[in-house]
Amino acid sequence: MGKLLELTNVHSYYGHIHALKGVSLYVNEGEIVTLIGSNGAGKSTSLRTISGIIHAREGKVLLDGKDITHAEPHNIVRMGIGHVPEGRGIFPKLTVQENLEMGAFTVNDQKAIKDRLQLVFEMFPRLKERISQYGGTLSGGEQQMLAIGRGLMLNPRILMLDEPSMGLAPVLVDLIFDIIKKLNEQGVTILLVEQNALMALSIANRGYVLQTGSIALTDDAAKLKKNEMVQKTYLGIE
Amino acid sequence: MKSITENPVYKFLLFPIGQILIFALGASVVLSLVTVLLAFIFKFNVTDFDLVERTMLILPQVVINGVTIGFVYATIALGYTMVYGVLEFINFSHSEIFMVGGIVGIQLMAYFEHIGTLATMNEYLVIALAIILAMVVSGSLAVVVERLAYKPLRGAPKLVPLISAIGMSFFLQDIVRLILSLTTGEFNVILPKFGTFDEFWKLAVPGMEDPLRIQIKSAIMVGVAVLMLVGLNYLVNGTKVGKAIRAVAQDRPSASLMGINVNQIISITFLVGGTLGGAAGVLFALKATKLDPFSGFFPGLKAFTSAVLGGIGNLTGALLGGLVLGLLESFAASYLGIFTNGAFGAEYKDIFAFAILILVLIFRPSGLLGQTVGQKA
Repeated sequence: MGKLLELTNVHSYYGHIHALKGVSLYVNEGEIVTLIGSNGAGKSTSLRTISGIIHAREGKVLLDGKDITHAEPHNIVRMGIGHVPEGRGIFPKLTVQENLEMGAFTVNDQKAIKDRLQLVFEMFPRLKERISQYGGTLSGGEQQMLAIGRGLMLNPRILMLDEPSMGLAPVLVDLIFDIIKKLNEQGVTILLVEQNALMALSIANRGYVLQTGSIALTDDAAKLKKNEMVQKTYLGIE
Repeated sequence: MKSITENPVYKFLLFPIGQILIFALGASVVLSLVTVLLAFIFKFNVTDFDLVERTMLILPQVVINGVTIGFVYATIALGYTMVYGVLEFINFSHSEIFMVGGIVGIQLMAYFEHIGTLATMNEYLVIALAIILAMVVSGSLAVVVERLAYKPLRGAPKLVPLISAIGMSFFLQDIVRLILSLTTGEFNVILPKFGTFDEFWKLAVPGMEDPLRIQIKSAIMVGVAVLMLVGLNYLVNGTKVGKAIRAVAQDRPSASLMGINVNQIISITFLVGGTLGGAAGVLFALKATKLDPFSGFFPGLKAFTSAVLGGIGNLTGALLGGLVLGLLESFAASYLGIFTNGAFGAEYKDIFAFAILILVLIFRPSGLLGQTVGQKA
C-alpha cells in the first residue's frame, strides 16, 4: 500500500485570496481519507487543486510519485482521478444516460462503457428507472447518485467526493455513505470532503482537520473522533 | 423494444426535416392569414383596385421569397446561438465570417471564369466547390479569431470579449478591403453569370391562374440550408463531440472534470459556426449577386435578431427565428407599399426586422422558444 496521492506544502490562491497555506496530506491505495473542517477552511479548494481546476502556486501534487501540479483538468481525469464536485455538477439538459456516458468520455472501449453502465445501474437501481429523464428533473438524492455514478464510469483509481451528503434527507445520507463504504470494499480509493464530520469519521481510515487553509490535525479516524478539540468544534459534543 | 424516437433514421433525418417543414409552413400560414386579415381591414382605404385580390395574387411568391431568405438567416443565426450557448457572449465578428465566406465563394467562381472553364463546368459542381471552399475558409477563420481575440479574455468580465468581437468585426472588414484593393483594386465582388440559376421552375397549382414560379437559385438555397441544418442536428445530438459541446454549454467546470478538453470544444464550436456562416455567405451571394467588405453587417445583424427572436442559445429557436424574420421581412417589403397606398415602400423592411429585435427584448427577452441550451437547472 503505497501513497497513491500526495500533496506537499501546497499553496493555492483565488485571485489574491490565499486559500491553501501549505497543505500536506497523502492518501494510500485502498484507503478512505476524509477532510473535515468548517466553511471556507479549504476543503473544496484542496480537491479543486488536485483535479487541476486551480493550480497550486507553491508545493506539489503527486500521483504515484508523478508531479501533476500543472496538468490540465482533462488530462488529470485521464490519469484516473475522479472528482464529484460540490453541488453535484449534473448536466441539467442531458439525460441520465447521457450524463453517465459523459463520465466515461475518456474511455474509448464501448464494451467497457456498457459494463460499467450495468454496474452503476446495479448500485443505483433508481437511476435505471430514470434513464431517459433529464438530469435537471431529478430529486437531490437522485442527482447525488447520478454524480457518484458518473464519477464511477471512469473506473477511477481515486474518487474524490465533495460534500456528498449536502442537502439530503437523513435516510439518503445513510444510503450514500453505505455506498461509499461498499465502493471502497470493492477497491476504490476515496478522498472524502464532508461537513458531516461524524459520519465521515465513522467510515474513514484516516482524517485531516483543515482550519483556515492549513492542516490543524491529522490522525486515524477513530482517534480523531475521540479528540477533544474535534468533538467540541465539529461533532457538537461538549 | 426500442421506441420510434430511438430509431436513428427518425431521430436524425425524419424528425429534423419534419421540424423544419412545420416551422416553415407554420410561420408562412400564420403570417399569410394575418396579411389577408389586414387586407380586409385596409380594403376600404384603397379604391383603385381590389386589395384582397391583389394580396392573394402575389402571396405565394412573397412566401417563397421569405422562406428562402429565412433559411439563410437561420443558417447564420446558428453560428451566433452556438457560440452564445457555449461562451455566453455574442460573437459580433460572425457577420464578417459570413461575408468572407460569400466573397471567397464568388472569387472561386470568378477564378473559374478567368481561366475559362466556368462555362464548360457543371454548374452545380461549381456551386458545391464554392460552398465547400467558403466553409473551409470561414471555419478556419472563425477558429483563428477565437484563438486571437477571445481565448486570452476567457476569465475577463463579459463585456470585454464583446468589445473585442466588435473590434474584430471592424478589423476583418478592413483586412478584406485591403486584400481586395491589393489584388483586384475593386471592392465590389460580382457574381459571374453562369448556368441556369436565374431561370424559374413553373409549378402549376390547381385553382390558380398563373403557375407558381420558383427560381432555381431559391431551391438551391433552401436545399443547401436544409442539408446544413440536418447535418448540424446530427452533429449536436448524435455524436460524442456534440454531446461534449452540450455538456460544455451547460456546465463548463463539470465538463472539464469529465475529461473534456474545454478549449478544444470551444474551438470546435467556432469551427462549426464559422462553417455554417461560410456556406450561408455563398447562398446569400447567389441571391445578392454582389458583395463588398461591408455586406456582412446587415444580414449578420438580422441573423442576430433571428437568434434573439428564437431564444439565444437555443438551436431550434435560431431556425424558427430565422424563418419568421425572413418571412416578416418579405411580407413587409411586398405589402407595405400596397397597404399604405405607396406612403411607405419596400425600403422600410429593415425597420420591421429591428423593431422586432426591440420588441422581443422588451417583452420576451428569452425569445419565442424560451430557454437557452446552457440553462442551469
